[in-house]
Amino acid sequence: MLIETKNLTKRFGGLAAVNNVDFSMEKGRINAIIGPNGAGKSTFFNLISGFHRPTSGTVLFKGIDITKLPANEIAGLGISRTFQTTSLFDQSTVLDNVIVGHRLRTKSNLVDAILRTKRLKREEAACRDKAMEVLEIVGLTESADRIVSSISQEEKKRTAIALALATEPEIIFLDEPAAGINPDETEGLTELIKKLNRSGLTICLIEHKMHMIMNLADHIMVLNYGEKIAEGTPKEIRRNEAVIKAYLGGSASA
Amino acid sequence: MKILTKRNGIIALIIFAFSFPFIAQNDYYLHMLTLSFIWAIAVYGINLLSGYTGYLSLAHAGFFAIGAYSLGLLTVKAGMNFWLALVCACLITCALGFLIGLIALRTKEHFFAIYTLCVGYIIYLVIDKWEGLTEGVRGLIGIPAPGNIGPITFDTAASQYYLVLIFLLAVILIVYRIIRSLTGRTYMAIRNSEDLAQTIGISTMKNKLTAFVLSTFFAGLAGALYASFIRFIGPDIGSTAIMFDLLMYLLVGGIGTLSGPLVGTLLLVILSQNLQFLQEYRMLIFGPLLTVIIIFYPRGIAGAFFDWQRKRKDNTLSGVRGELHIKAEEG
Repeated sequence: MLIETKNLTKRFGGLAAVNNVDFSMEKGRINAIIGPNGAGKSTFFNLISGFHRPTSGTVLFKGIDITKLPANEIAGLGISRTFQTTSLFDQSTVLDNVIVGHRLRTKSNLVDAILRTKRLKREEAACRDKAMEVLEIVGLTESADRIVSSISQEEKKRTAIALALATEPEIIFLDEPAAGINPDETEGLTELIKKLNRSGLTICLIEHKMHMIMNLADHIMVLNYGEKIAEGTPKEIRRNEAVIKAYLGGSASA
Repeated sequence: MKILTKRNGIIALIIFAFSFPFIAQNDYYLHMLTLSFIWAIAVYGINLLSGYTGYLSLAHAGFFAIGAYSLGLLTVKAGMNFWLALVCACLITCALGFLIGLIALRTKEHFFAIYTLCVGYIIYLVIDKWEGLTEGVRGLIGIPAPGNIGPITFDTAASQYYLVLIFLLAVILIVYRIIRSLTGRTYMAIRNSEDLAQTIGISTMKNKLTAFVLSTFFAGLAGALYASFIRFIGPDIGSTAIMFDLLMYLLVGGIGTLSGPLVGTLLLVILSQNLQFLQEYRMLIFGPLLTVIIIFYPRGIAGAFFDWQRKRKDNTLSGVRGELHIKAEEG
């Protein structure tokens, strides 16, 4: 198991945003988390990536407990994520936005910067190469020198994924990668996610576009009111009564 | 070959700066420029933290005063050699900056600005009230001018001008190298989004603290140079009025730009010297000017210039693209 959560719980005051969730993600698979709005999906991501401390429960990465690690150290281990809203720097180019993504794999510090040491130059070149490499993977080589404020929403999503890839992750968490983009572009993004997965990357995504999820995911977990109500293959999830009830309300058997 | 390149422009500016004492026969202009260079060093410090790392500090007049008083006390009361005192003054400022940064950086945005405003005021109060050490409102007098380096002395206006100019150029070079390096990219990533910076593996606290300490170093250096240049210091140099002057220089020149601190400081110091006859009514000009700049040019004069340059470049580019497009259609 690449990532496992055990009895993961997060309470905000009296509200249990995530309640006793056990979930495991196998290496090399595309995992998906779905659920109605406010089901705790993003909170679940925040718990794994170190943004929130869980109230109780543990998160394991390759069997190592990472529950209490700060977000930047979790990133260093090879767990990367994107946000629902892409928070890129608008005034700067696509390439410049992505270069810093490889920073965590470099060692040069302030002294290197002031003295412009060989190490700094070498690492800068490495970061640039890495950025071009990941931009090629997401299909943005042509747009590398464009200012972020002038590219489309879909290209911004791709840039955010490129930035996450530049950290050299083993698993990438995508928070609603297809939100706010049109069906054609969604198709393109689905292809990209499949391509990333084929290259060996484990993926976990939150998405509302059911068509996309059912096409893409190997393994789905459904959250509702912070609790896991179902888990399985797309086929199983489609037939699951609890899921149908959560999405459509009322009882499916009535 | 283009003659009007950026590089040649900078070289011309540096040559002009070095030949200025020969052009200006008047010591008054030299004095004014030297003083604005000293302020500019402090503004570069603020810019590194507020412009590039995204933390608006209002404590830097306080750190400026710490630098000035450290140098003043070490030379006047402890009789220390000027150059040694200069180094110590910077180190003292950094050490206090480190301790204050450790606490202040736990806050963000407005809270950080308010917190540091209070810190700045407390520094001012300590200097003002601790008469046993700082002589309080009487101020420190008789601070020595920079000591000789071998045959070079610093007793004329021109030699002091050169000394400060060299410090300023060194500061600009350091800031330039930082912002163009991976470290600078790290700071800008923090300014852009601290959450995102963390997810790409950046230890935000460590980097913010480094930027904070470095920015207090520049403020302290400027303060120490000020003390030895003016030879007299009072608690007022750490007052909030000075802080907002420095902030105004930064905002008008261009926050988060490399040339902004110098442009803003020179422009406003010279402007305010020439408007001396208006006395306090000068603020009637500065107030609206600042408001207009913040509304229309949030990145100041330097930012506005670069935006204009980029737009012009984009236009010519899109013009070329348009022509290609037409040709392709014709073909």
